[in-house]
Amino acid sequence: MLSGALIVVLSFAYVGLLFAIAYWGDKRADAGRSIIANPYIYTLSLAVYCTSWTFYGSVGRAATSGIGFLPIYLGPTLMAALWWYVLLKMVRISKAHRITSIADFIASRYGKSHLLGGLVTVIAVLGIVPYIALQLKAISASFSTMLQYPNTVATGSAASLPFLQDNTFYIAMLLAAFTILFGTRHLDATERHEGLVAAIAFESIVKLVAFIAVGVFVTWGMFNGFADVFDKASASPELNALLVQGGASGNYTTWASLTVLSMLAIILLPRQFQVAVVENVDERHLNKAIWLFPLYLFAINIFVLPIALGGLMHFPPGTVDADTFVLTLPMSEQRTWLALLAFIGGLSAATGMVIVETIALSTMVCNDLVMPILLRWKFLRLTERRDLSGLLLGIRRAAIVVVLVLGYGYFHLAGEAYALVSIGLISFTAVAQFAPAMIGGLFWKGGTRLGALLGLGAGFLVWLYSLLLPSFAKSGWLPITFLTEGIFGIDLLKPQELFGLDGLDDISHCLFWSMIANIGCYVGFSLWRRPTATEHSQANLFVDVFRHVAPGSGSRFWRGSATVADLQTLLGRFIGPERAGESFAAYARSQGIQGSEQIAANAVLVHYVESQIAGAIGSASARDMVASVVVEEPLALDEVMAIIDEASQALAYSRQLEQKSRELEAATNELRSANQRLQELDRLKDDFISTVTHELRTPLTSIRAFSEILSDNPQLDAEQRARFLGIITRESERLTRLINQVLDLAKIESGAADWHPSEIDMREVLEDAVAAMSQVCKERNIALELRLPEKLPRVMADRDRVMQVVLNLLSNAINFSDKSDSRITVSVTVEAEALCIDVADNGIGISPADQAVIFEKFRQVSDSSSGKPRGSGLGLVISREIVRHLGGRLWVDSTPGLGSTFHFTLPLRREDAAAEAD
Amino acid sequence: MNGPPLKGQRLVALFLLGCLLFNFPLLSLFAGSTRLWGIPLIYLYVFVAWAVIIALMALIIERKDH
Repeated sequence: MLSGALIVVLSFAYVGLLFAIAYWGDKRADAGRSIIANPYIYTLSLAVYCTSWTFYGSVGRAATSGIGFLPIYLGPTLMAALWWYVLLKMVRISKAHRITSIADFIASRYGKSHLLGGLVTVIAVLGIVPYIALQLKAISASFSTMLQYPNTVATGSAASLPFLQDNTFYIAMLLAAFTILFGTRHLDATERHEGLVAAIAFESIVKLVAFIAVGVFVTWGMFNGFADVFDKASASPELNALLVQGGASGNYTTWASLTVLSMLAIILLPRQFQVAVVENVDERHLNKAIWLFPLYLFAINIFVLPIALGGLMHFPPGTVDADTFVLTLPMSEQRTWLALLAFIGGLSAATGMVIVETIALSTMVCNDLVMPILLRWKFLRLTERRDLSGLLLGIRRAAIVVVLVLGYGYFHLAGEAYALVSIGLISFTAVAQFAPAMIGGLFWKGGTRLGALLGLGAGFLVWLYSLLLPSFAKSGWLPITFLTEGIFGIDLLKPQELFGLDGLDDISHCLFWSMIANIGCYVGFSLWRRPTATEHSQANLFVDVFRHVAPGSGSRFWRGSATVADLQTLLGRFIGPERAGESFAAYARSQGIQGSEQIAANAVLVHYVESQIAGAIGSASARDMVASVVVEEPLALDEVMAIIDEASQALAYSRQLEQKSRELEAATNELRSANQRLQELDRLKDDFISTVTHELRTPLTSIRAFSEILSDNPQLDAEQRARFLGIITRESERLTRLINQVLDLAKIESGAADWHPSEIDMREVLEDAVAAMSQVCKERNIALELRLPEKLPRVMADRDRVMQVVLNLLSNAINFSDKSDSRITVSVTVEAEALCIDVADNGIGISPADQAVIFEKFRQVSDSSSGKPRGSGLGLVISREIVRHLGGRLWVDSTPGLGSTFHFTLPLRREDAAAEAD
Repeated sequence: MNGPPLKGQRLVALFLLGCLLFNFPLLSLFAGSTRLWGIPLIYLYVFVAWAVIIALMALIIERKDH
């Protein structure tokens, strides 16, 4: 017989050991030598997943459904494979935004919504209460079982006792005390509790060791190994059914829905979020936990079936609750110390869960439920209080007590109607409601606040109606007709056969309907309207967290003004002035600033302070509080536009650069062509000089030659002498003409030429020119014809220059006319604004290639027959310059072999043009 | 955790494999009264598959990619 005192003393000693470990862990953390900063402790802390449910409940479950207890551990194993994507993202986001609970996470994701945070908190508290009741029930049951030692037959239930005589109540209060002491010692912006995690990790070792010890004892102590257990079990037809999947309640639908539920639970349970995300020291620890955590689950489950079968075979049917086999088997064999170890292991499993769960829930209740309401009540003047940290701690402590009292209440009301696992599954289904908003929010930017709110709400209501209320009904707290006939007697609304859906177990049934409602509303209402700017901005920060790595990346969309002192005071009110000072010093260090007095009050600092406060009171409230100090000006439309502008400016800038480089390229091309042109001109100048000197030399040579003949041969006859003198005179004239032309061209080109514009009659000019050339033409048998309209307007021009052009064109035409029936026609047409004078011949013509060059200096078209140029090569150049100067233009049309036509125009004066038009 | 993305893909593939192994209809292949080394086949199958999955996880995580 074990005395109650011994058990109580042992329990207290164990809890005292936990205190010591937690205290030591906190001390080490303060000294900067964390004991939990390694993946093994991280994995062990994750094992808080294994509660009394696992320790006692799994055996009970196995005793009724064989292998049906396993999906609860296979689900997390599968989910662990996805942690790489899912949990890592949650950790990264939570660290970047100082998120401290799942309510905060969801609220923050959908635009820092108070309402959403509050709803998540309510669901979490109501959903988790049965789970906490489960732990209390397990502790209570194990305690009363131990008191019977060595008698294993169950006596009266604890739940039927008035609470003052019920040790469960005292256990609940003891747990509350422990949680308060270590969970809410002080406020920390990161909400991390190193000592607590150390204690939890220790408990995980204890429960694993205890369970395996009992398993080994049953398998090898009471039987001869696994095969022996199964051999003996298969002898009994009832037990044999358990060994076959599909026997008892284990059908595949239940199996699948339990797998899905536990997959979601491992990331969505508040305590799992607390240990996996909030208490995470380094996200690299996640790596090893991906396989170590499933390994832990594997280890703790190996002996479940042997213990269950052993218990069923050992005790007469119905005498001992299968949920207590872990205790009662060692007891029945008089293994006192093993029984005590099992008791301590069960206590570990239960206390670990209760402590972490209540801390997580109290953070949520405080940050996302109570504080937003209190801060809204203006008459409390909370926003003016110097130091709110005491109030915050008070709220949390109260929340811890309230949650435990609720758990105790549920244990009393409904605890007896269910086995441990069934109670736990009610909680799992509740937290599964977070999945659409949570996982959708991690990967889908389109999810909105409205969608999340209605989805959660709808899923929660279905859960409430089809799972929680029936649990009350089954306990007799609600009329049982609620279950059997449906609400108001409506058959279709029977809570566990909604709309006539039967054939599913209650969990699968609830999971199906609640997920339809939840996902349907979430997706449907998210797509109902566009996300707001805040929702959109938060969605981007969450979904693309791996791209937004820099801290303060969210502060971009903020403007306002605040003083550093104001911000520090504000932070001090929530986490205490001393810690606020430390926090600012840390900020200064991180910014590379010498002291905190040099901190600039900018958006980064405001974001920092906001995230620090968010750790204490939740992101939505933190935003309100910071806004109360910071004169935050809402982003006006034009500022949003300016932000967008910034982005587009960068784009425009690069476009400008492109444009500039294109322009540069164009300029380079221009320069290159200008350079080419200069080189060409230079070459032309050289050509010009060499051509001019060449042209000058030809007549000079003949003048000199004939002069020498005359001087060397005085006896020459007079006729010869006269002929030679004639040649000398003509060559001199030619030389003079050439020189005149060169000078003329130079003058015209430099603009230094004399012009004597007067009103001239083109008829007269052309007649004079033709008359001057008629003699030459007659000598060469060329027909020269002048065709003039009856009336010719007078033009303003320099008569001599025009004459020069006409004579030049005529002499060119004569020079290139060598046919027998050569004819030259000079004609004038009157156009709208100009006179057009044409000089046409039927000579050799000019090839298209030559047409381009004849207007260049000294470019003479060689006579193909003689190869000897005719003319100076300056005539056309001078003519074109003259015509251009007079405001007209000169061009040529020609077909080789058929002749050429030179045209030039002279502009009419306006009134003449008008008179002509009449 | 900034390893090669291949690691993440391997884990997702493993997740899918696990979903297949731990569900109907594969599970039903092992339901029956057959026993191997004295252990019911379904019990053995689930635990062996589970162990294999964990071993593969460890292999994927701990393997150093070059």
